[in-house]
Amino acid sequence: MIEVKGLVKNFGSKRAVDGVSLTVRKGDILGFLGPNGAGKSTTMKMITGFLRPDAGSACVDGIDVAVDPVGVKCRVGYLPENAPAYPEMTVEEFLGFIAEVRGYRGAEHRARVDRAVGLTHLGPVRKQTLETLSKGYKQRVGFAQALLHDPPTLVLDEPTDGLDPNQKNEVRTLIKSMASEKAVILSTHILEEVEAICNRVIIISRGRVVVDETPAELQARQPSARLDEIFRSLTQTDQ
Amino acid sequence: MKRSQIAPVFKREFLGYFRSPVAYVFLVVFLVASVSLGFFVGQFFKANLASLERYFVFYPWLFLFLIPAAGMRLWSEEKRSGTIELLFTLPITTVSAVLGKFLAAWLFLTLAILLSFPMAITVGYLGSPDWGVVAASYLGSILMAGAYLGVCSLMSALTKSQVISFVLSVLACFVLLCLGWNVFSGLLTSVLPVPVADALANFSFITHFDPFTKGIVDLKDVVFFLSLTGFTLFLNVAALEK
Repeated sequence: MIEVKGLVKNFGSKRAVDGVSLTVRKGDILGFLGPNGAGKSTTMKMITGFLRPDAGSACVDGIDVAVDPVGVKCRVGYLPENAPAYPEMTVEEFLGFIAEVRGYRGAEHRARVDRAVGLTHLGPVRKQTLETLSKGYKQRVGFAQALLHDPPTLVLDEPTDGLDPNQKNEVRTLIKSMASEKAVILSTHILEEVEAICNRVIIISRGRVVVDETPAELQARQPSARLDEIFRSLTQTDQ
Repeated sequence: MKRSQIAPVFKREFLGYFRSPVAYVFLVVFLVASVSLGFFVGQFFKANLASLERYFVFYPWLFLFLIPAAGMRLWSEEKRSGTIELLFTLPITTVSAVLGKFLAAWLFLTLAILLSFPMAITVGYLGSPDWGVVAASYLGSILMAGAYLGVCSLMSALTKSQVISFVLSVLACFVLLCLGWNVFSGLLTSVLPVPVADALANFSFITHFDPFTKGIVDLKDVVFFLSLTGFTLFLNVAALEK
């Protein structure tokens, strides 16, 4: 469970995140929407402990990330934007490194890596170095890394970015299948994705939450309009 | 700071050198450059001495360029490629990450230094050197490499550009080197009062490295290199956490 209260982050004189509050419970898949630069990634970076908030708090399973960052990092699986990874390592070496940092040794270490490879269908490329992989495979490696320790919370920054329609569908199915026992927050630009898998949607604009409701409620605002039209009317001030 | 956290970072970083051609290029350049300096500039054979002093005397100058080359990527590369975000959202502390990466690079440099062993074998074959002096020289070189690397790791944490990281490292190391270089310290003495110039010279790599090449292992020199290393790593952690 993720609880965020009044999160603020400034970059120089620019306020990137301006008092964002949200709650994600177990079983929730929260779609985090907003135009580029609205503060989605910055909010996620504060929840996962990469950036320190200037005000407000972010808690995962009741642990405040400012108080016990390592405790939070143990409970979160995080897929950063563009799935950064070490290009000279093979898939197996990379996931092995993640498993080691997460404290797995011996047989459990191998089992964790095998499970993550299986879940994300990385079997055919496990001996390949990451720099030789296509965007879709790289994204899946990032996914595998986030799922490796079977965390109760998933924070996914544009998980389907750069994937082809089949891969997108596969990733969505995977997220959906795990959602019942996890709290998931995912950012996206794709509104159909929200309709397809999210049971809640938050739209932020200029660092503030402007919508926090179910996809059906969002649609009900303008029943005849398409979701992207509603999105545009809500975030237009962001230019 | 737990050993279980440092070890994976250390291992990944150390093996990382050998996953790309970087390690091999570096080792070859290091050995060719250090031996060439010893032979051609240091007149190693002409000196007709069973000693490696003429080989080690160039280390502070060689390190000035080669250690920034080895250390420039430590943090800059992570920052540029975004893997720093991955690393710092894994359950490890900044101190563990800094130590893991530093120790890996230090071990790599130690390996480069020790690979000059044929030089020691050569003097051993041609004459009978004082092995204590040789051992002290190696110890001093490794300690000095750690201090240089600490400076480079810190500079690397300040920028995502490896070029800027390299230039800053060379500059910072050059200042630390020059303070004790007799040409420069002579200049200082003429401008500043002698005690001040002497105090400044105390912060130099050369001042503290020279005794090792003569076989003198003085605690104050060991402490100098270790504390400089510790201090730069402390700043390194602070720079990454800011």
